[in-house]
Amino acid sequence: MQAEPTAPVLSLRGIVKTFPGVKALDGVRLDLFPGQVTALIGENGAGKSTIVKVLTGIYQPDEGQIMLDGRPVSFPGAQSAQKAGVTAIHQETVLFDELTVAENIFIGHAPRTRWGLIDRRAMRARAAEILRSIGASISPAARLRDLGIASRHLVAIARALSVDARVVIMDEPTAALSHKEIAELYELVETLKRQGKAILFISHKFDEIFRIADRWTVFRDGAFVGEGAMAGTSEAELVRLMVGRSVDQIYPKRPATIGAPVLTIAGYSHPTEFEDITFTLHAGEILGFYGLVGAGRSEVMQSLFGITRPSKGACRIEGQVRVLRTTAQAVDAGIVYVPEDRGAQGAVKGLPIFQNVTLPSLPRTSRAGFLRLAEEFKLAREYTQRLDLRAASLDQNIALLSGGNQQKVVIAKWLATKPRVIILDEPTKGIDIGSKAAVHDFMSELAGQGLAVIMVSSEIPEVLGMSDRVIVMREGRLAGEFTGAAMTPENLVRAAVGISQQEAA
Amino acid sequence: MTILKSREAILALAILALLAVIASRFPAFVTPGNLARVLTDTSPLILLALGQMTVILTKCIDLSVAANLALCGMVAALMDGMGVPLAVILPAVIVMGAALGAVNGLLVWKLGIPSIVVTLGTMTIYRGTIFLLTNGAWINAHQLSDPFKALPRMVVLGLPIMAWIAVAAVALLGLAVARLPLGRALYAVGGNPHAAGYAGISVGRTQFAAFVLAGALAGLTGYLWIARYAVAYVDIARGFELDVVAACVIGGIAIAGGAGTVGGAVMGALFLGIIKNALPVVGISPFWQMAISGSAILIAIAVNTLGRRDPGRIILKQAEART
Repeated sequence: MQAEPTAPVLSLRGIVKTFPGVKALDGVRLDLFPGQVTALIGENGAGKSTIVKVLTGIYQPDEGQIMLDGRPVSFPGAQSAQKAGVTAIHQETVLFDELTVAENIFIGHAPRTRWGLIDRRAMRARAAEILRSIGASISPAARLRDLGIASRHLVAIARALSVDARVVIMDEPTAALSHKEIAELYELVETLKRQGKAILFISHKFDEIFRIADRWTVFRDGAFVGEGAMAGTSEAELVRLMVGRSVDQIYPKRPATIGAPVLTIAGYSHPTEFEDITFTLHAGEILGFYGLVGAGRSEVMQSLFGITRPSKGACRIEGQVRVLRTTAQAVDAGIVYVPEDRGAQGAVKGLPIFQNVTLPSLPRTSRAGFLRLAEEFKLAREYTQRLDLRAASLDQNIALLSGGNQQKVVIAKWLATKPRVIILDEPTKGIDIGSKAAVHDFMSELAGQGLAVIMVSSEIPEVLGMSDRVIVMREGRLAGEFTGAAMTPENLVRAAVGISQQEAA
Repeated sequence: MTILKSREAILALAILALLAVIASRFPAFVTPGNLARVLTDTSPLILLALGQMTVILTKCIDLSVAANLALCGMVAALMDGMGVPLAVILPAVIVMGAALGAVNGLLVWKLGIPSIVVTLGTMTIYRGTIFLLTNGAWINAHQLSDPFKALPRMVVLGLPIMAWIAVAAVALLGLAVARLPLGRALYAVGGNPHAAGYAGISVGRTQFAAFVLAGALAGLTGYLWIARYAVAYVDIARGFELDVVAACVIGGIAIAGGAGTVGGAVMGALFLGIIKNALPVVGISPFWQMAISGSAILIAIAVNTLGRRDPGRIILKQAEART
């Protein structure tokens, strides 16, 4: 480890960023030192992605100071951050498939000839030089679409370096890489360190943080929690800092009598998304599914709902084997899925509220092949009232509702099909506190009525506050199951990030 | 919903204003007899706009409708020449139009080719087929039987049959959109294909159904067109597909799918029809006619875009806040 350097290249102080209804960053600080890797650690929603956007000029902070070499600066746009030498390699690398490697590296700042045309020869030469400096054996003339994921990553890194970067931000760079590729990436990080770049490394994987980071900073719920040198810390301390908060919200979880098994999943597997998923869900139970973003939870749920097909495994509903190949079959079997992304998967903009509610129930509300609007209204009124929907009229276009109320309409839509199993994927993500409470309350009521509920959530307080039992997934597999006293924030996070269990679960 | 309603109200007012302006210079234009003539003239546009509307609602577009119309019309004329009775020709052209639409629909549904590409291709094929059938020869009025030519012009209750067919199609489609599950599916598929799929509605099948309906209407219109103008040739209704799309756009059918009404499509068609009929009467050159139609399209799109901007922006902010 290097000695504590005297001055940071880039430091943030008191950064505040507010979105309507959410304080994404609340006075955070962050220091990046030359030749050092700083790991930024935090749960989903801790504000990591937001700080990256502030650093790269995509978001403007509402308050706070950004200092480059001790002088205050501002990044009103992506260009100005780039000019200052701050560059990010994104989670999903944003590259152009149809362009060559060299063109990708120099997009937006290609060397010019004296006539103002792009100087292809200089561009290729400089691209080759940068690629060599990071030890990548990729031809600058290759088309990007012919490259594999690891090579694309190297191109993204080369692009970041082509602008004379001083600060390199790597946002979960190993998420999509194989073992060998990860080892190569670590070497590259070492190379960048030797070149004196300051590196911000965002990762959920503790093993790699301990392997390559020099310093750590922890955010929690948009606030700065602590920082220090990796040498003086332990996994246990970092986990404690990540989750250590009081469960300050009151969750309206009512004790419910847990009944007979309703849904039994045995050995569900998918070629690329998940493997060997086995669990049982009981009537009246709320089963929480926790995991990091991308752990495969939504993918499993989508296969239960007939959107994707598992390659292996059996599904039993109330003891009977059911094959779920289409959503219609799933709805018929009594399973419904309220998706995470309301915008993309839930609400049909352009249709009024009541027609959104009745969309999957049309066979029930129509007669002789004709829709019966009065029946639809009745059904929609019944279920939206139970969810305390605030709308001027059920005839109103759903697009005019707030996010929370749209979520209620989507939930009402699925409840109206009278399901036995309801899967709620991030049911309260992005909605305001008041609507959250209503959704939680209703979830509890559903379980009380004997419905079996699966709640996929990335919010630990919600998972702990609402679930009777929690299953944790990591990288497409089950990583632990917790009930009763074992349902602690530490256990959940350990299982989710893959730290060896210190106590039997 | 309120936006949509007010948009149609605006369009209705625009049509009334247009009529008022024309009437001030040429009062004879707004006599009932002449308005009936305008409606009859606009009937093909209304029929095709109805079909096009269902296709556009599902996020697709059908550029082959005019070629479909011409091919079906030509086949109708050829059948008439062979002495086939009208009672057989009519269902035959409807079925044939539907089949041509089904070709589009299958290519979009089963192969997932973008509809604009599919229908650009079939448009050319359908026109080419007319040429193969006739070697480019015209079928003129004297070669067509009298009953064949008479049906669209037959006047019942003050309107020719042709106009009545358009009125009936408007009523039936209005009912279907409001009261059949397929009608609801059109909006669901166009408004949010993912959500529709989750709700058990097949996106591809719904698009297929829309193409079949558009094709059937085009086939029927093919007969009406040939019979009314009493002439059939390769280039019948060439370029008419653009008028049809224009009528839909002016009528507030969102080109991105999922929004629009039967009333809007009809008014969009009437708006264009009135301009086409009135400008020559008032003495404005055909050049202005095209410029005015074009401006109407751009204004309609601008109104639609402005009307839709606000909700979109709110949702985006929330999407950002979730990261």
